Amino acid sequence: MTATPASVLPLARPNKPRKAKASFAGWGFVGPFMLVFALVFLAPVAYSIYLSMFRNQLIGGNAFVGFDNYVRAFNDPQFWDGLLRVASFLAVQVPIMLIIALVAALAIDSARMYASNVFRIVIFLPYAVPAVVAALMWGFMYSDRLGLAGNINDLIGSDVLAPLSPQWLLVSIGNIVTWEFAGYNMLIFYAALRTISTDLYEAAALDGANQFRIIRSIKLPALRPAIIISIIFSIIGSFQLFNEPNILRGIVPNLISTFYTPNMYAYNLSFTGQQFNYAATVAIIMGVVTAVIAYIVQLRGNRAGQR
Amino acid sequence: MTLSFPSRGVLPHFPSKHHNTETEKVTSMSTTSTRRLRRVVPAALAVAALLTGGLAACASNTGSGSGGGDSELSAAALDSALEAGGEITYWTWTPSAEAQVEAFQKAYPKVKVNLVDTGGAADNNLKLQNAITAGSGAPDVSQLEYQSLPQFVLGKSLVDLTSAGFGDLESKYSASTWGAVTTDDGIWGLPQDSGPMALFYNKTVFDQYGLTVPTTWDEYIAQGEKLHAADPTKFITNDQGADAGFGTSMIWQAGGRPFKIDGTNVTVNLQDEGSKKWADTWNELLATNSVGSIPGWSDEWFTALGDGTIASLPIGAWMPGVLEASAKAGAGNWRVAPMPTYDGKTAVTAENGGSSEVVLQQSKNKPLAAAFLRWLNSDQASIDVFLASGGFPATTADLESDKFLNYESEYFGGQKINEVLVDASKSVGTGWSYLPWQSYANSIYADTVGQSYLNKTDINTGLKAWQDKNIAYGKEQGYTVQ
Repeated sequence: MTATPASVLPLARPNKPRKAKASFAGWGFVGPFMLVFALVFLAPVAYSIYLSMFRNQLIGGNAFVGFDNYVRAFNDPQFWDGLLRVASFLAVQVPIMLIIALVAALAIDSARMYASNVFRIVIFLPYAVPAVVAALMWGFMYSDRLGLAGNINDLIGSDVLAPLSPQWLLVSIGNIVTWEFAGYNMLIFYAALRTISTDLYEAAALDGANQFRIIRSIKLPALRPAIIISIIFSIIGSFQLFNEPNILRGIVPNLISTFYTPNMYAYNLSFTGQQFNYAATVAIIMGVVTAVIAYIVQLRGNRAGQR
Repeated sequence: MTLSFPSRGVLPHFPSKHHNTETEKVTSMSTTSTRRLRRVVPAALAVAALLTGGLAACASNTGSGSGGGDSELSAAALDSALEAGGEITYWTWTPSAEAQVEAFQKAYPKVKVNLVDTGGAADNNLKLQNAITAGSGAPDVSQLEYQSLPQFVLGKSLVDLTSAGFGDLESKYSASTWGAVTTDDGIWGLPQDSGPMALFYNKTVFDQYGLTVPTTWDEYIAQGEKLHAADPTKFITNDQGADAGFGTSMIWQAGGRPFKIDGTNVTVNLQDEGSKKWADTWNELLATNSVGSIPGWSDEWFTALGDGTIASLPIGAWMPGVLEASAKAGAGNWRVAPMPTYDGKTAVTAENGGSSEVVLQQSKNKPLAAAFLRWLNSDQASIDVFLASGGFPATTADLESDKFLNYESEYFGGQKINEVLVDASKSVGTGWSYLPWQSYANSIYADTVGQSYLNKTDINTGLKAWQDKNIAYGKEQGYTVQ
């Protein structure tokens, strides 16, 4: 239908005020969120950035130093040491954990497993254990004097098992984190698998596809968004590594330095070193690094998905 | 009066309590980290950690506090404050506190003391420093380790009690503890207890392996070698290289005075003669492989102390109480001997741990706070309560009382342990100072000196690294450091 100019004009006029009204009402709805968001997110971030521009000394007080703290952080071997450690942790631990989670989710979803509900809850259960308790518990097991590692060593009459030695420490921490979070990621994958329409399986079966073919052609593509989410969560989790090394530090203080991970570094800087400003700087840098890497993963994931 | 000497509350790091507080701290972090994982906006997360650090620094050091003598304080003002009454808050982690406060309130019914158990030295310092930085929330009176005192004195957070007539109390205390609370031309607190070091050893293990009680460190090393050769599962002592309090006390005993403080001029020399002497000796001892590396104050540590795995410990005079309470299996086996020395002639030892109580600048009722402190650490009624609950006193009268000296400890096989320990308190080396940022320095001890233990390299290298980091930190904080 083609509208005559005459009919367009009267329509256009009342449109204008209506638009303005709509946008105002929208703000009304978003307002409460924005207020809380500004209060609990933007304000602390802004305050941290503000803090990171200062230096407060025991002698001499507070002074504006601009980006000095950032320059210092980029030249701080302790900061880089921690950052590289969590990066290598990320590169090794996250793939292992996600593959375990994926295999578990596919197995439970396959409908061939006996008592799959039990497996689901058992695999998920470690996530319900507080990270601090988990780290303490594993710390005891890792002890090669009194713990499980020691018992196994006694049993086989050697001392090969030394989870709390310099060579194996990061692996041991990776093991704790995998134990804690594999079940959580499994649940994300499993939930995504449950949303796949069973029609697809039926069609695949009619076409003569076997289980592995179904996994490759239906389940994995359908899981892609969930996998990306899991990867992003894991990247964040890895860069935030704190509880496990901080607890184990009580057992092996020499092995885990005060700057073992960037978060531990920031924590020790501010709470034992009274260097709040520099700690804020480290935290801001870590926030940016995490955001950038997570964003790249998301971007790549989406692009590959569209292909 | 039953004496179970000495105190367990005065330790730099009280075992289970310390552990608890450490865990508490981490738990709050953990909740954020779990929540974090669920969030999708990544940038939000890293920054969330800032909240904690950021808010704590909120009021950015107000640097307030008049410092120096306080005009509202005088002995008379203290007395009238007790008469007038009021309410004060007292932070401590000594187990004696509750009974002491009770006795105080009975004597001065108009005064109400709010007792807060801060759990341990590390946590107490942390909370106190945060309250001071925030500008409010600090108590009126707080327990403070001798080694943390300079940090708070220089931060102008403590009240100088000179004008309240506390100088008259000097004769009551042992020289080393009095020296610890009177730095920078002020009296910043009163000593609560002391921890002169002595050698605690397991006699049963020593007899079993034919070891002699060493009087020199060379002999000590020889005993270590002998023990390790006879039974590699036993250790002559235990030292992970993570306890800065032990390292500094050992340097102190060896005659090292690595830290010199003159106002804002600080000298750090962890390669002076005494420091080197200790490091060289300890290198030799570590090379015998007879030093255990069990984490201090852990269950494992107490088990090892009980079952003879750790055959001896050079440690502060408050140790008997700890052994009795937490290493019950070792009852009857342990004995105390004077610290081995380097030359085997002159007895010399060092303080290890020990605390004072101080009045904070933030206090709204300083005369009352000071009056409470005066009663707490100098009134005999209070000290008697302290002794009854197992403290090792700082007051010479109590150190020299017959009752104290003649006490026969059952745990120590009837040995009159206080004779040895009180003797030790008289031979503490003088002229020692801690750094103005000692608690931070201690926190990076394992990062530096601990690495030498771990890699079995020269402890001197670790001490140098510790020195460098301390110099860097001091300069960052505005000190003139050499």
